[in-house]
Amino acid sequence: MARSTNSMRTPLAKVRGLGSAKSGVHHWWHQRLTAIAMVPLVLSAIYLVFRIAGSDYNQAISLLQNPFHAAILLLLIITGFWHCMLGIQVVIEDYVGSEWGRITSIMIVRAILILLATLSALSLFKIVSI
Amino acid sequence: MSRPRPLSPHLSIWRFQLPAVMSITHRITAVILTSGTVLLTAWLLALAFGENSFNLVSMIISHPLGQFVMFGYSVVLFYHASNGVRHLFWDFGKGLDIPGVYTSGRIALAAMVVLTVGFWAFIFFS
Repeated sequence: MARSTNSMRTPLAKVRGLGSAKSGVHHWWHQRLTAIAMVPLVLSAIYLVFRIAGSDYNQAISLLQNPFHAAILLLLIITGFWHCMLGIQVVIEDYVGSEWGRITSIMIVRAILILLATLSALSLFKIVSI
Repeated sequence: MSRPRPLSPHLSIWRFQLPAVMSITHRITAVILTSGTVLLTAWLLALAFGENSFNLVSMIISHPLGQFVMFGYSVVLFYHASNGVRHLFWDFGKGLDIPGVYTSGRIALAAMVVLTVGFWAFIFFS
């Protein structure tokens, strides 16, 4: 690559924001971070499932009112839905050919997942404050 | 253009190989898990709305069909988790050679079976 000598701008400054990559590193890194975080979170959630399996309404409520249990669930909701959103985005980008279709389907999936995550978190808040 | 010509890769003449099958299965399980988040939301909503809705959801879950869905979801979750850890090892540059990919693939499948059996054994015998 030829080096330009008539500019004070660094090569990095010149390419930043250009090209097809745009925000790929951020996406890739967050996919891994959420994956690592979900190893202990899913294991803790399995523990919750063991405790909650076969219990009645009052037992389930009081189990989730334990701050540690509620924290596990809230963190799992945030991390899990984020991980889902990043992953499904890649699947859509790989298989949907047209740019219009890609952008719209990613937006629709994101909207649905954000709605589900919000409903889950608000339900948990209500359960905790019953 | 009028003559239909073969497109590469020639999937129809490929022999199925463990890494390829496990790779696409990782994706398929990802989509199933994402769709299944609606079940978690439904369960939390039912609990938040009170005893009647919670009892209804509990009845659906304990029905044989509900149990079948739960079992399927657990298999899918344990597959994606085991194979996901395999992916994390790859991200650290470990096990990227051909024998390593086969070994870790078999370990991930074994982990999926052990986790699924252990999970349901604990649910039923505790």
